[in-house]
Formats: sequence, structure tokens, C-alpha cells
Amino acid sequence: MIKHLRSAADLDAATATLILDTAAEMAALSGREVKKLPALRGRTVVNLFYEDSTRTRISFEAAAKRLSADVINFSAKGSSVSKGESLKDTALTLQAMGADAVVIRHPASGAPHRLANWVEGSVVNAGDGTHEHPTQALLDAYTMRSRLGRLDGLRVAIVGDVLHSRVARSNVLLLTTLGAQVTVVGPPTLIPLNVAAALSASTKVSYDLDSVIPDSDVVMMLRVQTERMQDSYFPSSREYSRRYGLDLRRMKQMQEHAIVMHPGPMNRGMEIAPEVADSPRSTIVEQVANGVSVRMAVLYLLLGGK
Amino acid sequence: MAYLLKGVSILGAAPVDLYIEKGVISGKPVDGATVVDATGLIALPGLVDVHTHLREPGREDAETVETGSRAAALGGYTAVCAMANTSPVADTAGVVEQVWRLGREAGLVDVQPIGAVTVGLAGKQMAELGAMATSAANVRIFSDDGFCVADPKLMRRALEYVKAFDGVIAQHAEEPRLTEGAQMHEGEVSTRLGLTGWPAVAEEAIIARDVLLAEHVGSRLHVCHVSTAGSVEVLRQAKARGVRVTAEVTPHHLLLTDELAAGYDPVFKVNPPLRTASDVAALRQAVLDGVIDVVATDHAPHAVQDKECEWSYARPGMLGLETALPIVLSVFGPQWDLIADRMSIAPARIAGLDGHGGDLTQAGTPANLTLVDPAASWVVDPAGLASRSRNTPYAGMTLPGRIVATFLRGEATVLDGKVAK
Amino acid sequence: MAQPRADAPSKIILEGSDLSRVVDRIAHQILEKTSGATGTVLLGIPTRGVPLAHRLAARIHAFEGVDVPVGSLDITLYRDDLRLQATRALGKTELPPGGIDGLRVILVDDVLFSGRSVRAALDALKDLGRPSSVQLAVLVDRGHRQLPIRADYVGKNIPTALSESVKVTLTEIDGADEVKLIGGLQ
Ligand SMILES: [Zn+2]
Repeated sequence: MIKHLRSAADLDAATATLILDTAAEMAALSGREVKKLPALRGRTVVNLFYEDSTRTRISFEAAAKRLSADVINFSAKGSSVSKGESLKDTALTLQAMGADAVVIRHPASGAPHRLANWVEGSVVNAGDGTHEHPTQALLDAYTMRSRLGRLDGLRVAIVGDVLHSRVARSNVLLLTTLGAQVTVVGPPTLIPLNVAAALSASTKVSYDLDSVIPDSDVVMMLRVQTERMQDSYFPSSREYSRRYGLDLRRMKQMQEHAIVMHPGPMNRGMEIAPEVADSPRSTIVEQVANGVSVRMAVLYLLLGGK
Repeated sequence: MAYLLKGVSILGAAPVDLYIEKGVISGKPVDGATVVDATGLIALPGLVDVHTHLREPGREDAETVETGSRAAALGGYTAVCAMANTSPVADTAGVVEQVWRLGREAGLVDVQPIGAVTVGLAGKQMAELGAMATSAANVRIFSDDGFCVADPKLMRRALEYVKAFDGVIAQHAEEPRLTEGAQMHEGEVSTRLGLTGWPAVAEEAIIARDVLLAEHVGSRLHVCHVSTAGSVEVLRQAKARGVRVTAEVTPHHLLLTDELAAGYDPVFKVNPPLRTASDVAALRQAVLDGVIDVVATDHAPHAVQDKECEWSYARPGMLGLETALPIVLSVFGPQWDLIADRMSIAPARIAGLDGHGGDLTQAGTPANLTLVDPAASWVVDPAGLASRSRNTPYAGMTLPGRIVATFLRGEATVLDGKVAK
Repeated sequence: MAQPRADAPSKIILEGSDLSRVVDRIAHQILEKTSGATGTVLLGIPTRGVPLAHRLAARIHAFEGVDVPVGSLDITLYRDDLRLQATRALGKTELPPGGIDGLRVILVDDVLFSGRSVRAALDALKDLGRPSSVQLAVLVDRGHRQLPIRADYVGKNIPTALSESVKVTLTEIDGADEVKLIGGLQ
């Protein structure tokens, strides 16, 4: 098993599949009356969050607690982090506290890689800058597999601000590792110039959402921040929404079985219409529930053994 | 003191006995000269760096004029041009004279201050270039290095203004709007790492603009740390047209590539950023062709806390003085005439440093020289460097060429690979 | 504990039809001891306890026409020696549709040794529900208990040395039915 989960590129197909299979067992167990499992008793998991992300933190916290780990939340607010202590000094503190795993969310790309130099325990990337968010990709893959029964050969469209999206990067890497055919879709300003060469050779690029939708098994909408407008990535929310938003008309072009995903939080009316987000095709609520199972699997596989 | 450099090879020529007396190369034997066994050693004119950050005043925790001078002498340098981005900025006669005086006091290399082009490097108002030129520091190179003189009107005026005292503007070519938030070379690696890209065109566009401006006003332009193949092409065409432009490249841009960012270790973060292997190849060819005139270190010391952190928060820059010659030697091999030209003669000419880059075979040439053992190799140990900082990207690498001795105006600043005073 | 080397000498204790007869015997004992296996659930402990539980259910059905519900109970997350080895993959936990509450649960495993697996199974079971009683059926008991645990149904007692190991293979998983004793000073 791997020591750290810093990037979806850390996972080969066998390891990724093991995580998804383990997550399925965790999901089966979480329906029980007694939700706690003793596997990580005596282990300490630190949630080190330099960005507000209640959703992700709670998900990791629930996962660690269901495995009976001790959880320490170390957030930028109300700790020495906000007083400007360096990541390295914080790491040494966590090391002294005996952290077996550090789950880190950080606005700087690569912060988990740096952290791994300074702690002995496992490092789990819970989102770093505009780099990656590997557990999100795992829970997305898990959700696709649960809904559609497979990943190999699945046609997945990832739509929106691919340039700044850590979710997109991790998904492209993980899904192509597991045999899916990924197309990234968005305005050319928000698609990196060399995405296939950089991430995975089989990745396709399209600037035309309407041509991609009928051929997709999965349409994953990314959050688009309206601030990007100020920076001339696109002219207006209205134009963005018209060209790259998923509305009812576009959803009707999807195949019968195809699903709609969104990592959240959504900009309803911007990249996704409310009726689409709430439709039976949408997996948005499942994605949240699956997040806990997948994170339990990751923590178990990183910390459960020697 | 007089020296006899016994059996020394000047730029790879047949061994001779070279006498130094009264600060110059002596044409005849000198009685009682201290003998330095120079068997197997190459004599080069003392190296001249047109791009050094000494950090004093302001960041003495990273480097001082004294520690930087030691590093320079150990690297074979006899003169370094100290960049203006200190705190306070070297934008007045007072600050440049202070730096110049600190250099004299250290006495290991000639520290030639570079003056800022604009007040506070802010790119708004021209600094008192004339006052700096006529100060004791005798400033000839002006640069806002660290920042680009982005305003085309201000750049034009500065190019024109320094003609009155034969100055030169050294441009840090970086279109600021195209590099907002930039962290590394824009390419496959930046996409993979999720780091904001620094596109090659941001450098090339400024160089293209500035060679046209220099041509228009008939001024000299010097381009700092050229890093892309596209920049080389722009310079090649400008030179072919007769534009008075010179250019430098750093040792690290001749050797390292953006792939090194993969582990997010900021020791590889530098501005301009490490580029691709094809850029490296084009830069090497440009040094051979003379399209690039100078290898300059861009020696940029940084305190530990400014590098032992997240990539995005780290300051850009690398140490260079103690490794420059070995890197150049490893890249080009023992082409001693080429090395002497690009690392001593051409930079001395550009900086207007008359006593440096002289012909060591001529009696009366100021005895600014360095002795290199090309057969020796050494492993770079950051803790073993003389610089106050440790941010070398070459840690653990085995490099060819050891600097055995350096002489500044006939006095040994380095002997047996150690600082001599 | 030291494992015998791969090339250590081995001795076949049971194979093919011998093993089937042992399973039949356990099925008969269960029927006898539980008055016809009413109110009973068989829970196999992965990996090899699961097919054994299914075989027992099939034999009980063949002998008496009774359908005994079968499930599986993975104990990995409850083991006390997780950290002594590389991370283990999880097995399946599947309770029969009727659950286990108020029923007699018979845990089924291939080999009973230190008793630690059974203790982990009891811990896992307690988190899943409240059976009226719990019994244990094993194909082989090789002795060397480290905990106060005994089996209610034993297919075969095999006295062993600690330096030996017992290897069970089953057709469903391994392609053949066999019980082998490996290693030891011979
Ligand atoms: Zn610069």
C-alpha cells in the first residue's frame, strides 16, 4: 500500500480499485446500528485545514471517527496557524503530538508534498491550491461505479474551469488510470493548453458542450467562480451559462442512463440549473455520502497495517 | 607581494611561469616572488558577474557584501555588479556609495553597484541616474531587476537618458500582466502541478519591444537572464540588424529544467523560471554563437525560512557565485577562450570595468585572475558554501573544476581553495 | 510466529471425500445439538469459513430439508494484530435477510488456533446485533489456544507443534479440497 495520498497519480489501477472495493465494504458496514469500527483505535488523525471547507473536514472527521481514530482538528482559525507559524513548524508540532496521519487542505499547490518531508506519518491531500483533490476524485469514481456499474470504457465529460480545478486534475488522472475516456470541456481560456500531454494522453478537449453531451455517460460540472469574469476568462455569467451551463434543454440531450455530477458547492443558475441539480440523474447527494466511505477506505488502507 | 605562478596554462596554452608584481602581470622574473605551484592549472582573467544580489543593506540575514564577496572570490570572481533591489533600494547616490564602500572594505572583489532605474523599483518615476553615475560608485549599469521596467515610455526615456554618461539599462524582461501570480514556466509541468504559469512570451514580448526601442533611440540595452528559445531568436535578429543589445544567461538556465519543480521544492524556484530542455539547448547554442554575450549568475541568496515553505510562498532565486564556473565547464567543456569571454571579458566591457577581463599574456595587465584545476571535481554541499544562505539547486551534484586561487590586483584573495584574508 | 518455509515438508491430513465426510459429520452434530437447526444462522468467517458455512447449510438441507440462513462476517477491522502486518484487504460482511437478532448464530471457520480470530468475530458480532446464543464450528482444531475459547463443533483435532502450520484448501476458492500439515521437526 502507498504511504501518502498526495495526488491521484500516486494510485495505480490496482490500488485505486482496492480503495473503491474497500469503500464499498465500508459503505455496507455503515448501515449498522453501531457505526464505529475499532480498526484505527489508538491512531491519531489530524485535520490540518488552512482553508475553510466544512464539508471536506466533516467528511474526513466522520471517516476517522467511524474507524475509532482520535481526531484533532487544527484549523487556520483560532490556532497558531493564523499567527503566521510556518507549515514546517506546524508539521514539527504535529509530529511531536504523534500524528499518524495528517489530512491537509491548503491554498498552495504542493503543500502536501512539502508536509510529507517534515512528518513521519501519512499525508492525505484534502485539496491543495489549484493542484489536486484526490479523495474527491475517488468518491466521484465510486459514485460512477455504483450508478453505472463500471469505470472501464465509461465516457466522462468534465465541464468548466479545468484550469483552476483541483477536482478536474485528480479526476482526469484517476479516471484515465481506471480506463475511462475523459473529455474536458470549457471555454479555451479555462482549459490548460497542454492538458493531455500534462495529465493523461487519452484526454480529449472540446470547446463545444452540445457536441459532447449526447456521447457522455457522465457529465461532471465544475464550480465556476464569478471572479474569473473580472480576469477576462469569459465575458459574463450569462454568456458562460449559455455556452457551458447544464440546463434542462441540454440535460434532455443526455442518454437515458447518463448521470450528472457536481463536486459542490454549486452555483445554481450558473454552471448548473436548479432543475438539473435536483433531477434523478443528479448524484450530488450520493457524492456526499460516498465521501465518508471512500475516506474511511483511504484512512484504513494508509493506517490499518504496519 | 609578488607571486610566481609556476607552470600555469593561460587559457589552455602551453605552461609558463607567470610573475605578478605591483598589481600587474610582470614581463620578467621577479626575485623573491612567492611560488604557487600551478602545474595543471588554468589561468583565466578574473571572472566578472554583471548580475549579483548581495542583499545588503536590508537582508543581512541572507547575505552581506562581505559574505557575498567571499563567495565570489571562491568562485573565481574579481568583480561583481550588485543589483539594486536592496532595502533601501539603491536608487540614490547615497545607497550606491554605501554598497561600493562596503565592497572596498571587504576587499575581496570589486563590488560595482548597479543603480535602480526607477525610484523604489516602482516603475513610476526615474531615479537620479546622473547622480549615481557621478558618485564615487561610478554607476554605469541601471536595472530594476526583480521587476521589469514595463512602462514603454519610461523605458524609452531611461534608454535615452543614460546615453549622456554611457550608461546601459539592464532589463529584467517580464511582462507583468502576463505573469500575475506566476510560479513556474507555463507548460506541461505547470499544468500537472497546478502552479500558475509564467509564459515564455512574457519575456519575449518585452525583449522584442525593448530592442525596437533601443534601435529607435540608438541606445545600449542589456537583457538580464534570457531564458527562452524565443528570446534567443529575437536577440539574434536584433543583433543581425545592428541593434546595440547585449544579453546574459544564468548557469542554471543552461543546465536545469522545469521538471525539477515536480517535488515542489522551492530551491528550484527562480525568476525567470527554469524552462524546458529545448530552451536549454537553444540557450547553450546562443552562448556558443555569441547571441548571448555573458554568463551571469543572478546569485540570489535567501534565508532558510524563505525557502523551507510552500512553493508559492517561497522567494525566487538561487545561489550562483560558487558554482557558476563549474556549471559552465560541465556544459561547454574546457573551451577556455569561450569561457573567458563570456564570464570575464564581455561582462567587464558591458559594465565598464576597465581593470578586469584583461589579457594575461600582456605585461602590465592588471593582475585580476583566477586559477582553476579542471581535473578536480567536487560534490556541492550547501553547508560548505561561503554564502550566508544555502539555497543552491546543485546540492549533492558532482561538478568539475575547482577554483584553486584568485588574485585581485595582484593580491591573493583565494589560495588553496580558501579565502586568503 | 515463525512460519514454516515454503519448501518445508508437508503431510496431507484430509483430502477430497475425507473432507466431505468431516463436513457431513459437523452438519449432523449441528442438527443434533440444535434440535434440527431451527432458529439458527450460519456465519462464515472469510475467507474459507464462508464456503464451509454454505456447505454445512447444503448438507443440513440434504439431511433434514431445513433451510438454514447463511451469511458472512468479516473480522479484519476487529483484529488485534492489524498493525503487525501490511494492511489487509477487507472481506465481505453479509447478514441473511432475517438478521441475527434473537437467533442462534453459529460462526464457521476453517482452523481454530489461538482463538484471537474468534474473539474478533465475537466483537464484530456484538456491533451487528444481539443473537440469543453464539456457537463455533471449525473444520480443524490444532490447539495452542491463547484465550478461553473452545469450539462447539470440531471436524478434526490435529495435534500440532507451534513450528508447524495447518493449510486448508477448498474447491470453491483453491480448486481442491485438502488439509495439510506443513513444517515442523520430522
Ligand atoms: Zn531578474
